[in-house]
Amino acid sequence: MEQANEVGTLIDAMAEQLRTQIAARKLVDPAMVGIHTGGVWIAERLHRKLGLNVPLGSLDISFYRDDFTRIGMNPQVRPSDLPFDIDNRHIILVDDVLHTGRTIRAALNELFDYGRPASILLAVLVERSGRELPIEADVIGRKMELGSGDHVKLTGPDPLTLELQKTA
Amino acid sequence: MNPTVQQVDAQGRLRHFLTLEGLKRQMLIDILDTAESFSGVTEQTVKKVPLLRGKTIVNLFFEASTRTRTTFELAAKRLSADVLNMNINASSTSKGETLLDTLRNLEAMHVDMFVVRHAESGAAHFIAQHVAPHISVINGGDGRHAHPTQGMLDMFTIRRAKGPDFGRLRVAIVGDILHSRVARSQIHALNILNTGEVRVVGPRTLIPMDVADLGVRVFHNIEEGIRDVDVIMMLRLQRERMQGALLPSEHEYFRLFGLTQKRLALAQPDVIVMHPGPINRGVEMDSQVVDGPHSVILEQVTHGIAVRMAVMSMVMSQKAQTTQAAQLDQTPGADA
Repeated sequence: MEQANEVGTLIDAMAEQLRTQIAARKLVDPAMVGIHTGGVWIAERLHRKLGLNVPLGSLDISFYRDDFTRIGMNPQVRPSDLPFDIDNRHIILVDDVLHTGRTIRAALNELFDYGRPASILLAVLVERSGRELPIEADVIGRKMELGSGDHVKLTGPDPLTLELQKTA
Repeated sequence: MNPTVQQVDAQGRLRHFLTLEGLKRQMLIDILDTAESFSGVTEQTVKKVPLLRGKTIVNLFFEASTRTRTTFELAAKRLSADVLNMNINASSTSKGETLLDTLRNLEAMHVDMFVVRHAESGAAHFIAQHVAPHISVINGGDGRHAHPTQGMLDMFTIRRAKGPDFGRLRVAIVGDILHSRVARSQIHALNILNTGEVRVVGPRTLIPMDVADLGVRVFHNIEEGIRDVDVIMMLRLQRERMQGALLPSEHEYFRLFGLTQKRLALAQPDVIVMHPGPINRGVEMDSQVVDGPHSVILEQVTHGIAVRMAVMSMVMSQKAQTTQAAQLDQTPGADA
């Protein structure tokens, strides 16, 4: 069992990388979208730090999961909220942990059901090993090499803490 | 007689959706919450989510219906399911064996769900008892018995307008209670959600003798019945189901029980008026009321899609689990 309370520092690092990326890619008025639940917590802080003009969006990808028929329905699905037009907009997609890549696949599908974005950039707090799809992050708070039985989880919203559970 | 079908499995999850009677309060709230999240799908450019992609849903309608069938069809399509509409004229076939033959044939086409509407009470239960174990059945209205998705979309409409606390609400159901499966489903749903007061209002000939057993107050005078209520749920006068002289005339009915602007003023100032459709204007209610500011009749239609999406996805996610469990146990076909 390992604990890490460095989330604030990681978000600062992410904000710095994002400023560089936004400048390098010349993104005009990018919109930020957090994935429920942890991604929204991170996105709220990044959105504030970067002072973005477009209001923050949130995505609940439950209806787009590929394991719906296995794990069933969670009635506590929050409606996705995208308070801007997706068409031709640069999107910064934010999640807490990038693991298999399946959540991001679902999020991309959902975003495209709202319109055709100009580009999508992926920012994650933790990029851990265990990818099952060809998906990679553009902005990374921290990389972690973990076994398939290990879990890393963001708890919050206040304070934000990374919890690591390693199988013996 | 076959054993009763369990619409909820041992884990408390929906397997079929046949009646609201006996469902737990939390189940109804889960349906309403799920419907709430599905209502956002209509805001998307692509009004679809991929939840039921690759599933086949058959609308098995033995009785004419436009609104219910189209909203079930739209709900299924917005969940990305494939939909087959079958309108079967019940009177042209001898029931029983023919119905089972129809079912066997559809099962052989590997469908996943039946939405059943039938003029006879208990038809959906009967079909649920006889379908293959991997198929879910949703009751789209059976005789005078139940119309559970209508009951739920009405609860959704009330919750949207009045908030989640049904305990402070007075609700009046007005009209032909005797022939109405909608009324029965509404009464069960309102009771399960602990509604403060449920009233039924109508002429003696159109109110069943045993309705007071359901814990409702009975009124035979509309002025008294709708006084101070928060919600008025009108029912359609079901002329096609009337046998014998239950009513003097439609004109007489409107004079005695029709909802007019003048009568509406007796209810709470923010009363909402509902009707499951189709409306007989000038029989159950005045056109002015139908189109007036208190009417939420078209909202009911809109909400019907989200509520049916919720019910369909909930029974389908359950079905996937039972199929898997059956495979693990190596006991396919062992149906309750």
